This record gives sequence, C-alpha cells and structure tokens, in this order.
Amino acid sequence: MLELRDMHVRYGGIHAVQGVNITVNKGEIVTLIGANGAGKSSTVRAVAGLVKGASGSIMYTGRDGAATELIGQPPERMVPLGLALSPEGRRILPHLTVSENLDLGAYSRSDRKAIAEDKEWIYGLFPRLKERHWQKGGTLSGGEQQMLAVGRALMSRPDLLMLDEPSLGLAPILVQEIFEIIRRLNTEDGKTILLIEQNAYAALNIAHKAYILEVGNIVLEGSGKDLLQNHKVKEAYLGG
Amino acid sequence: MTFELFIQNFFNALTVGSLYALIAIGYTMVYGILRFINFAHGDVFMVGAYFIFFGAATFALPWPLAAVAAIVGSAALGIIVDRIAYRPLREAPRISALISAIGVSFLLENLGLVIFTGLPRPAVQPEWMVNPIILGNIRILPISFIVPLVTAVLVMGLLWLVYRTRPGLAMRAISRDIETTRLMGVSIDRIIALTFGLGSALAAAAGIMWAMRYPQIHPFMGVMPGFKAFIAAVVGGIGSIQGAVLGGVLLGTVEIMAVAFYPELSGYRDAFAFVLLIVILLFRPTGLLGEKLDDKI
Repeated sequence: MLELRDMHVRYGGIHAVQGVNITVNKGEIVTLIGANGAGKSSTVRAVAGLVKGASGSIMYTGRDGAATELIGQPPERMVPLGLALSPEGRRILPHLTVSENLDLGAYSRSDRKAIAEDKEWIYGLFPRLKERHWQKGGTLSGGEQQMLAVGRALMSRPDLLMLDEPSLGLAPILVQEIFEIIRRLNTEDGKTILLIEQNAYAALNIAHKAYILEVGNIVLEGSGKDLLQNHKVKEAYLGG
Repeated sequence: MTFELFIQNFFNALTVGSLYALIAIGYTMVYGILRFINFAHGDVFMVGAYFIFFGAATFALPWPLAAVAAIVGSAALGIIVDRIAYRPLREAPRISALISAIGVSFLLENLGLVIFTGLPRPAVQPEWMVNPIILGNIRILPISFIVPLVTAVLVMGLLWLVYRTRPGLAMRAISRDIETTRLMGVSIDRIIALTFGLGSALAAAAGIMWAMRYPQIHPFMGVMPGFKAFIAAVVGGIGSIQGAVLGGVLLGTVEIMAVAFYPELSGYRDAFAFVLLIVILLFRPTGLLGEKLDDKI
C-alpha cells in the first residue's frame, strides 16, 4: 500500500532522514520507533506532503489500485487519496468545537448522511467526545484532544491512518486506551496503520512490523514480537 | 441640539458607520487568514462605485442589475489582485506582500485616473432615493434607511456563511493553523480567493451606497474611507468580523456626533477617527473584540 524507497529529508543543512526503505502492506499496523530527532516525524510528514526537502520515492497504492508518487504532492491531495495523518502535538483547532473539528476532518467528503454516521461511530469509539461535542477544542484535556485528533483523521474515511505519537503526554491508563482503540481500528475496521511512537513497548505489542530509526537511518526491522525479544531493542528502548 | 436634528444625525451616523463596517470586514477577513493588511481594499471600494456608474450610465442597465454587476465585477477584481499580486508572495516575508498591496493601491488609483479621468462624476441615483422622507420636522433621505438595512442583511449573510457552511469552517480553521487545515484536504488558495471575493463584494456594495449618499465619484474616493475602515477594523479587534462591524458603527457615530454637537470642530472631522484609534489602542491593544493573535504587523 505504501512504499518508501531511498527516501531522504533535508532541512537546510540538516539531513534528517538519510535514505529509508519502508513498506506498509494493506491491513498491517506498522510502527516506526526511535528517540527524539531520529527522523520518525520527518518521515511521516514527508508522506503527508508537509516537508519541502523530501527526495527519493514514496509510492502509494490507493483503493482503486492506481499507484501515485507522493513526493511533490501538496498535503491537501492526501486525504482524497485515502491517507490521513493525526499530527504530532494533536494540532486541534482550539477555537472550533469538538463537532466542528470532526467536520473539518470530513472536509473532502460530500456524503452528508455518511458523514453524520461516521461522526456517531467516532462518538461511539470515544464517548468523552460525544459528551463534549459542543465544547471548544482548546478546553479539552490532553487525552481528549488526542482522541479528537484520531477521530478527526478518521472522519476522512482513510485507508491508511498515520498516527504521530498518539501517546505523547498521556497518563498511562489513557495510553492503554488509545492503543486498544488503534488495535481495534485495525482488526475490526480493517484500517492500515502507520504508527510513530516513543513508547516502544506498547507500539511493538500491537504492531505487525516495526522499524527502528536512529539519526535518520533504519537500524533494525522485523515483526513486533521479534523486536520485543531483541537484546538491542530491550536495552535501548524497553528499559533493559 | 433639537430632537429633530438629533434623529437626523443619528441616521447619518448609522449610515456612515454601516459603510465603514462593510469595508472594514474585508480588511479584517484578509488579516484573519493571511495576517497582512490589504491596502488596495479601499480602491476596490472606489472601483465598485465606478462599475455601477458605467453599468447604469454607459450600458444603460437597470439600476439593480448594474449594482449586481458592479458587485460581481469587484469580487472578480479582488480575486485577480490576490492571484497576481499576493499569491506569488505567500512564502515571502510578510512585508513583501504589504509593499505589494501598497503598489496595487497606487496602481488602481492611477489606473482610475487614466481610464476614468480625474473629473468627478455624478452618481446615478434612482428617483426613489432622492426624495427625503418627511416625518413632522424630520427629513431623512431614504438612503439613510437603506444603508443600515442592507448592511445588516449582508452581515447576517456573511456570518451565516462563516459559521454555518463548510467553506466558512475552512476559513475559521485556516485563520489559526494553515498546515493542519491543509492536512484535512482544504485547498488553501481556493479559500483565500473566496475570502478576497467576499471582502471585495462587500466593499463594492459599500462603494455603491457611498455614491448614493455622497453622489460624486472620483479615483481617490477610496483613500479616506479605506483608511477609516481600516481603523474601524483595528478598533473593533482585527481578525474579528463582529469587531469590524462594531468598530465601523462606533467610528461613524463618533465622527457624525462630534461634529453635530460641536459644529466648530467640523474641520477636524477626519482627525476623530485617528484620535479614537489611539485612545482605544492605548487601553485595549487588541481592539474591542480582538483576541490575542500571534504575528501582528
């Protein structure tokens, strides 16, 4: 579904991603793990069309089977193709209500009835959002904002959902809740998911496949289960 | 002052204030999204007045049709100005777009001078607009009722668009976070074009009604109303549509009433706007209804 081949990201003089190869197959949860500054966010931001200095190849195969080169495409082209990103830092629009934030996620769609149904489905996934649907996004707690960011990305009915650090800054119980929902989105709703995480343990537990990034390079890849057992991974990312 | 005179002045203030408000909305909407002041906005107001003049006088269109044509033509002008003079500078430092706006302003004024000549022209006024309505001792021009009424309808329509429709949602989203809004599939350039189109249409509506109230049009007629509407937008809190309306009406009221109560100050009429601006900014730097926004110019 998504193929990154020798993909580089450069910001001015900084070579943030130094030629990565990543494959995401339909139906998988794939996770990118690494420390701050390893190039994880730059990688998904390149896929979403948000960085100017990306080179190499990012091929996306949509639901109609047509392959599209994503490099050079503007971000607004991604949602119609079936990709959605829940960005790092959640990026909720603070002055819009929860309901309006979700409507914005469905901007590229025009099927009013189905949009309303999807909204109810998201309120079912995150009942807290339903309770607060009239509240301004800026008044939500961090966990609620994260739910809203995921819900907003889902409102475009993506085939490939990209989540950039959904557990950042959340209480452990909420982290569990978010990961459980990510797993369900994959198993029950058939969403393909590209997950960026610093919480390596939780991410590896639900991922079919994982890539470990260090200073812009992939240093290790394998199935989530294998990497959980890997010595180097245990030492560096799982606290020994 | 007699009661009759006060009522007449009240309607005057409401009329002038409404016109400032309509122009101010265009400044505030563009600022809200792009964080820059479109200095050419006052000149779109002027072009609107000329468009209806030529529509009605030269092409002999019926007045309502000429008004609609002038509004549509001015909206198109606003969109074209953005496309040619501002869009190529989106990634440039904001000062570049600002200078470009000043350039467009001079261009439109001087183009007006060349094409329309500097000779002031009389506005075309339909019969029903000229005869004052007389209630006892009070004489009020029909335009003094029409302007606030039309303004109210236009503002309500705009608020409906901004708060109840999808393009409006996109506008409000862009004003805070362009990148995230693009991620949601919103084509920024289209929404910006819509913003310029709406702002210019309202400015043209104001230009048409201004020419009814002060029936003389010339290529520099947009300069002072443009400045004052800009002040109204800042006083109301730039970026806020409701603020622009409040600022416009307030400015119109201060101007008219100050001269009404102190006729000896009439020579200073234009200075009131600037005094009001300074006083309000001293006490409320973000304007009456403004929120703190980053990136002020």
